[in-house]
Amino acid sequence: MSESHAAAHGHHELGFIRKYIFSTDHKIIGLQYMITAMAMAVVGGLLSMLMRYQLAWPTTLSPNMAKLFPTAFAGGIMAPEFYISLVTMHGTIMVFFLFTAVLTGGFGNFLIPLQIGARDMAFPFLNALSYWIFLVSCVVIFSALFVTTGAPMGGWTSYAPLSALPAAAPGQGTGVTLWVIAIALFSASGLMGGLNYITTILTMRTRGLSMMRLPLTQWSLLITSVLGLLAFPVLLGAAILLMFDRVGGTSFFVPAGVIMNGIAVDHSGGHPLLWQHLFWFFGHPEVYIVVLPAMGMASDILSTFCRKPIFSYRMMVYSMVSIAALSFIVWGHHMFVSGMNPFLGSVFTLTTLLIAVPSAVKTFNWLGTVWGARIRFTAAGLFSIGFVSMFVSGGLSGIFLGTSAADIQLQDTYFVVAHFHLVMAIAPLFAAFAGLYFWFPKMFGRFMNEGLGKLHFWLTFIGAYCVFFPMHILGIGGQMRRIYDPTQYTFLIPQQPVNVFITYSAFVLGAAQIIFILNFFVSIFAGKRAMENNPWQATTLEWTVPCPTGHGNFPEELPVVYRWPFDYSVPGEKEDFVPQSVPATVMTKH
Amino acid sequence: MPTLVEERKGTVLPPTPPVNYGGGDGSSDSGSSFPISKGQVGIWILVTAIIMLFAGLSSAYIVLRGMPTWQGIEMPSLLWPNTAILLMSSVAIELSRRSIRRNDPQSMKRWLGLGGLLGLAFLIGQVAAWKQLVNAGVYVPSTIQSGFFYILTGLHGLHLFGGVVALSVVMGMAMKNRLSAFSHEPLKLCAAYWHVMDGLWLYLFLLLLLS
Repeated sequence: MSESHAAAHGHHELGFIRKYIFSTDHKIIGLQYMITAMAMAVVGGLLSMLMRYQLAWPTTLSPNMAKLFPTAFAGGIMAPEFYISLVTMHGTIMVFFLFTAVLTGGFGNFLIPLQIGARDMAFPFLNALSYWIFLVSCVVIFSALFVTTGAPMGGWTSYAPLSALPAAAPGQGTGVTLWVIAIALFSASGLMGGLNYITTILTMRTRGLSMMRLPLTQWSLLITSVLGLLAFPVLLGAAILLMFDRVGGTSFFVPAGVIMNGIAVDHSGGHPLLWQHLFWFFGHPEVYIVVLPAMGMASDILSTFCRKPIFSYRMMVYSMVSIAALSFIVWGHHMFVSGMNPFLGSVFTLTTLLIAVPSAVKTFNWLGTVWGARIRFTAAGLFSIGFVSMFVSGGLSGIFLGTSAADIQLQDTYFVVAHFHLVMAIAPLFAAFAGLYFWFPKMFGRFMNEGLGKLHFWLTFIGAYCVFFPMHILGIGGQMRRIYDPTQYTFLIPQQPVNVFITYSAFVLGAAQIIFILNFFVSIFAGKRAMENNPWQATTLEWTVPCPTGHGNFPEELPVVYRWPFDYSVPGEKEDFVPQSVPATVMTKH
Repeated sequence: MPTLVEERKGTVLPPTPPVNYGGGDGSSDSGSSFPISKGQVGIWILVTAIIMLFAGLSSAYIVLRGMPTWQGIEMPSLLWPNTAILLMSSVAIELSRRSIRRNDPQSMKRWLGLGGLLGLAFLIGQVAAWKQLVNAGVYVPSTIQSGFFYILTGLHGLHLFGGVVALSVVMGMAMKNRLSAFSHEPLKLCAAYWHVMDGLWLYLFLLLLLS
């Protein structure tokens, strides 16, 4: 018996606590990330429901809400401070604690060793540590909701000097301190994860699995990890400076002469725009940290259910690399109205619009993959198609916003809200759903209910468009991004029915997610059993092992890879898929 | 059930996979034998992250340095001997690494111990340099530069302290004779980390001096 075989069996005798709680098994850690992120998504989603409620009926007295939230709804109407902290917490929770966590932390951990033919991550202990630090950061950010002075109010971007001066607003005291701590912990956890992912993908690929044979999911996770590695330390540095401004009396982000609530602030010498530069140097790559794994997963799943190879595999890889590289030189497009030199603005416009090229390459490749295919419309397949739709819809408005001349008009309006929700929230959400429906059998040995999955898809798809598409119109009409009561401006009153429509749609969209959550948790225990290893007839290595997969992943020896991951509908083959581990000789004998 | 390709045979050209299916013939080790070990990849990724942290902070430093309100501070004189001590510690650790390559564990332990002690001496020296500043009445919030001084030296010190902890772990392994000429990766990783921290200090010192 080989050494590796013995190692695979040596994994087994562990108690419940070591196996499922303090586990160093990458699959368990991946699931821990996913479930934690889902819990955070419920919190973040409920916050957005409250926001939508306020935007639809800003002046209606609501005694029931006042009973539920006595301080926030004092007098029956939501307090403006409460609304702005909802905005902040919704953004922070969704960007960091849902999307970054579920896509890289959840799917990254679960899939990397399985798809590259390894028994675990390169540094399993560091991996577990990464999850536990992430969990602590979740607890810290969650606790910011319950601070007596209120949750942070500076938006998810925490612009200085508002965020640097605790006296700026009630929530800017303890609330922002907790925000900074949570973000710093999250960065540290993300770095540990990224270190693991890169090392594992580079050094632990099984025999025959060259880089150009990696599934696109793996490429996307590798590139994402490099982005995180370069971007998160800068955020951490900025957070350290911010913390010193808040508690150490320094003035890195506070200029001289700031008067806060009528009192002159004793700071001088800093520059508030410095925070924006540091934040967006991280913030724009962060967008791709969220979108790239979604692209990778959607590509693989799309190809599986189209029964066709992904169109132009190499270009898919190169375009992800170029998107990642460009993402570091576009941050200024978030700051067109910060008073920057117009020439610099046009440079950032140019670099930003350049990203449209690799994004379009990807889009046409997805269309090329779907073109002429006999698509198997499973829930996972539908969600991967939905991803493409949402990414294109959101990406197109990016061309407007990336152009400084147009952006100066649209800056901080609902047009921006529509854009970034479609492109970096809904699109990755669709990819995450696709991934969950697709890999669920591998995780739990059972299927999620397909019928409910399709219902969930259509409600989410239509719901998301009904919520976010009209927001473009609101934005062009002038509705401001973080406005608390649109009816306070006469010119916005005619648009109010659109706000009401969006709110009803948001409630439907939110309710549709209950279907998903029920389907997910009920299916873990009562779903249809996955009897075979490869129910979707896919080609990658994780489908060669049993559902659910045991400790050590590969019950026998590690697999050997003979081909790329997209051998679907190969002419002359009996089946319309050839797994990566099938030797090339079998294929050529026809 | 006929497959998609069987249905369409003769009408649509099949898509071509990458040459050699993206790899060798499959029986080669082309995909798996990555030339660098896990530990080496890991340490360089860690170092990259640390460099990005300081790159972000120094970009902030340079931006604020250009503001008209910038006020420089007098650098504590202790930084010069501290720098010399840190350079010597790097030399000692390098000599330790070379000793084990010559399979001379005694000399390796000596140099390793000396390197670690010099590292600790540097850290104590940095705290003394802080004390010098405090005695001169320069605190964290005194000027922007003083804030940067404490933050940059403090963060560098923390990272170097991590290096000292790692060195003591390696020292423990050396005491149990677990390192040999052919297997001393922990020492190699520590040395690489230590040299980077050393170079980082030279960079930070220069950055703080040129104000």
